[in-house]
Amino acid sequence: MRRGIGPILLLLWLCVPLVQAVPSFWLTLADYAGISAIIAIGIVVLTGMGGITSFGQATFMGFGAYATALLTTQAGWSPWLTLPVAMAAAGLASLVIGAVTLRLSGHYLALGTIAWSVAFFYVFGNLDVLGRNDGISGIPPLRIGSTALLDSRSYYPVVWIAVGIVFLLTRNLLDSRIGRAIRALHGGAAAASSFGVGLAGMRMLAFAYAAVLAGLAGWLYAHMQRSVSPTPFGLNQGIEYLLLAVVGGLERLPGAVLGALVLTVVNDRLQDLLPLLFGSQGNYETIVFGFLLVLVLQTAPAGLWPLIVDRFSRHAAAHPGGGEPLPNRTLPQPGALVLQAEGLRKVFGGLVAVSDLSLELHAGEIVGLIGPNGAGKSTTFDLLTSVATPTSGAVHFLGASLSHRAGPAVARLGIARSFQHVKLVGGMSVLENVALGAHLRGRAGPIRAMLRLDRVEEARLFAEAHRQLARVGLAGLEALPARSLALGQQRVVEIARALCLDPVLLLLDEPAAGLRHAEKVELAALLRTLRDQGVTVLLVEHDMDFVMNLTDRLVVMNFGAKLAEGLPAVIGHNPAVIEAYLGSVA
Amino acid sequence: MILAATGLHVGYGGAAVLHDVSIQVGRGQIITVIGPNGAGKTTLLNAIMGVHEGRGSLQLAGKDIGRLPVEARVRAGMSLVPEKRELFGSLPVEDNLRLGGFRFRHEPALARRRQLDEVYALFPRLRERRKQLAGTLSGGERQMLAMGRALMSRPDLLMLDEPSLGLAPLIVREIFTIIADLRARSVAILLVEQNARAALQIANYGYVLETGRVTLQGASAELAADPRVVETYLGIAKAVPAPV
Amino acid sequence: MDADIALILLQDGVVNGAVYALLALSLVLVFSVTRVILIPQGEFVAYGALTYAALDAGKVPGSIWMLGLLGVAACLAGLWSMRHHASRGAVLRLLAGTLLLPAVVIGVTLLLAGRAIGVAGEAVLTVLIVAPMAPYLYDIAFKPLAEASVLTLLIAAVGTHLALMGVGLVLFGPEGFRATAFSDAVLSIGSQTIQGQSIWVVASTATTMLALYLFFGFTLFGKALHATAVNRLGARLVGISTALSGRIAFGLAGVIGAMGGILVAPLTTVYYDSGFLIGLKGFVAAIVGGMVSYPLAALAAVLVGVVESFSTFWASAFKEVIVFTVILPVLLVRSLRSPVAEDEE
Repeated sequence: MRRGIGPILLLLWLCVPLVQAVPSFWLTLADYAGISAIIAIGIVVLTGMGGITSFGQATFMGFGAYATALLTTQAGWSPWLTLPVAMAAAGLASLVIGAVTLRLSGHYLALGTIAWSVAFFYVFGNLDVLGRNDGISGIPPLRIGSTALLDSRSYYPVVWIAVGIVFLLTRNLLDSRIGRAIRALHGGAAAASSFGVGLAGMRMLAFAYAAVLAGLAGWLYAHMQRSVSPTPFGLNQGIEYLLLAVVGGLERLPGAVLGALVLTVVNDRLQDLLPLLFGSQGNYETIVFGFLLVLVLQTAPAGLWPLIVDRFSRHAAAHPGGGEPLPNRTLPQPGALVLQAEGLRKVFGGLVAVSDLSLELHAGEIVGLIGPNGAGKSTTFDLLTSVATPTSGAVHFLGASLSHRAGPAVARLGIARSFQHVKLVGGMSVLENVALGAHLRGRAGPIRAMLRLDRVEEARLFAEAHRQLARVGLAGLEALPARSLALGQQRVVEIARALCLDPVLLLLDEPAAGLRHAEKVELAALLRTLRDQGVTVLLVEHDMDFVMNLTDRLVVMNFGAKLAEGLPAVIGHNPAVIEAYLGSVA
Repeated sequence: MILAATGLHVGYGGAAVLHDVSIQVGRGQIITVIGPNGAGKTTLLNAIMGVHEGRGSLQLAGKDIGRLPVEARVRAGMSLVPEKRELFGSLPVEDNLRLGGFRFRHEPALARRRQLDEVYALFPRLRERRKQLAGTLSGGERQMLAMGRALMSRPDLLMLDEPSLGLAPLIVREIFTIIADLRARSVAILLVEQNARAALQIANYGYVLETGRVTLQGASAELAADPRVVETYLGIAKAVPAPV
Repeated sequence: MDADIALILLQDGVVNGAVYALLALSLVLVFSVTRVILIPQGEFVAYGALTYAALDAGKVPGSIWMLGLLGVAACLAGLWSMRHHASRGAVLRLLAGTLLLPAVVIGVTLLLAGRAIGVAGEAVLTVLIVAPMAPYLYDIAFKPLAEASVLTLLIAAVGTHLALMGVGLVLFGPEGFRATAFSDAVLSIGSQTIQGQSIWVVASTATTMLALYLFFGFTLFGKALHATAVNRLGARLVGISTALSGRIAFGLAGVIGAMGGILVAPLTTVYYDSGFLIGLKGFVAAIVGGMVSYPLAALAAVLVGVVESFSTFWASAFKEVIVFTVILPVLLVRSLRSPVAEDEE
């Protein structure tokens, strides 16, 4: 959306109830839509950005609603005081549920949300303290001064100011260091992890954030309805919230609001019309809702909002450079021992992928790791970066042992890598992808991001991303979505991202694959410059020209073991290597 | 003429990937398409196979196949070995091959067995591994299995997308020897390859595809000697003997 | 609790578990071929049970009209998808499959409803009415999404579940029905009695399981279905039509769902929305089997049935809570043991 239009629209929207001609019936609908929109915004973060599908958000809404219902009716608390408690209750529930289920992956997790949301529905309906299936009634209304907000007209501003605040904070969160990490969960998790993003923590953050928003929605719901019962917090409602986020556009925040408005109105019309059609009362609207969900997935999988608004307008808000340069780490003296692997062995169910491999890398050298396919090169890469744990043997990096260090800890030591199969976040801009590499060079957490207190740091991170992107020769492509680049360019973007980590050691998996001859020459020149600055480079590559002309030393692997090691010119004439790998001259 | 593609256009979400591309493959010929990454080589093969929708005329052995779905094109006698091989990883090698002959499922078991033996004769290593799951094969074996599976449907036209990708030179040479051998058995081959030198060495005729257009074409020897091709695709002399 | 009660509960659990096992099998089947997590499976069960109960009561089941409607919709979807390459044979096959078949089934039902055709006749008719809905549904809702991610397909499956449940309310009304048993025989072993219906349920499950095992392990068509599941593009490239595979898988699921409904209708009162919970319990089992293993899924289903019947005895209000919480640690163990890459979609 164009800068400036958003706030004006919100103000106009807030003024709607002042027009007495607007019937309160419509305002009631708008209130419900606003509450749904808050949940849907959480789903955009959780599902659209984080890739975690949840059918159970209504359950968290229930936690918020029951929390305030109990405290206001039983303990006599003021509704305003229960607001933080309601949000905390939902958040806490999400931490507990998340601890058990968030380790699930893909559709297992989605099915898990169905399971616990059915379970909690029956818990709500069978606990005496929650009033069993009758629920809790007589919840006090919100009051401003002495005015009770009893009707939909007076409640409207509360709901929609909440929507506005939630929208703004969420937008800020997504456009930040933490936001990029959340967005990387969906498609680029392995890469994000190798640049210092703690995946489990990020998933939990997204999950808890969405739950807290649902808790807020539950609080709003409880004080608008002034009674709660299990039905609005069941699985069917949870499905509806996901539905409206899908209809609006799962990957776009305004889509959540749009979807909530559209579906609330449609739902209301259907509840009036369908019983006339079928001649009796019943939940007939589910027919249309189900049909609609499938139809949207088939015809507009990205949702309604992108159909209305230009698809990539989000990237129009480009991040200018101009921040102060980030501090660089001190690189080890040229020739110093950087990485030492001793007796590495990796066995996958009986199959020995790497056997007794020892390897040393020294500061300021480029080493090539070559060998036939299946020789164990990629596994070696994984062992050196602690992505895989060796069956035996150890890796030391600058004197520190890498065993028991996960991806983020390895990144912190200064090891950066690219991937054989490119792992960029397709929908994120090239610049944001590169900035992900500098994740560890920023500090700002989610709260600072939501309140926009991270701008100075953000400018510095983006300045670094601009600089590295220019360095690899891709200046000018910053604003494009990463998925629109050719595969060869995407590999180069991965190198820029790795450079953003300010690495001591750079591990590149087939960096030249898919590049044209001239581009390979440029890449080689860049790697030489890096070496001269003291960076250590280890690369796996099949292009012999590239390897022979660039590297200082070659390590040849065959059947998981080291076959030979030495200067490229010597290796090229080693009979064992020629036999195993290059093939004798025909 | 086995394949005649005339005036092919393919677009992705508004952006054109192929413009007015025309390609011909004759019986018993190896035709190669070379070009930089992103030029549309894979898209070209996918459009001919029907995996991507495209406009233009497509004829296989004189019959119009432009509107047929992939499965019907397989029945018409063409087969594609895609860049990512697309094997059935959790099935054994032999089941992969048997499924390759799915279009002949109504034929007597004996005929199908004979076809299987022929493929095993071409790739003896597959016979050794016939009980092994396809997902556990090495890169070279995967390529062999992908080719073997494609041959099980007895295609008149075999299309290969980057058969050398990610393979060690020794294996690449073996694969290229087999490709040349197939031509001798009068299978027409359309070869997309980034290893331009190796491709031009075995092909009869070549096309250069750049940003979705055919910019050069000619007999392979001519192309290999063309200064534009030499500079862009072949590079300078190699430090290592080239495959084949 | 004494041993007798425990044995009764166990028997109850095994019988219910057998029905869940049937559903689990078809869920595994559909998922492995089409990657669709078939949430609407429960609706096929409810449709099957209510259709059978209606025929049993001598009434014309409303589901025949749904069959006709889905047939027409599938016909239109089919015509649309073959608009560029329609051949006379393909169009005729489509018309026969989507218009003629439902027309015949509707005609036969109208002719036979109210006459004494016996439980076997009613059961066969029920399967004929309900089962074809599944492949029609595949053509309408899932075929156009064949290339989408598992999660998108799951969301679409939830959508079809919602729609079918609503239609169930229209067709069968809010009241519940129960049908007469297949067999009134009662077997006595010591102090225990075993209902004939129970034996029917267990035997049907075992037979279906064996048939599926033979189909996937030993036939080229079974392997072709499997191949479609493993690699959609690969399957197309060898000439296996993914649409056909999907239709067959859904068809089998429809048959199994209708069978499940027929078996369950005499055991308990079924409402238009009962299918969902029954289906979900099939899911719990299918998931325990990792959505790929038939024997594991069947075993888990029996376990779910037993857990359910014992928790009904001890804490009936919380039996659903217990059954659906049991799944969580299992899911956890599963995803820890097979860490799927996040780009699995």
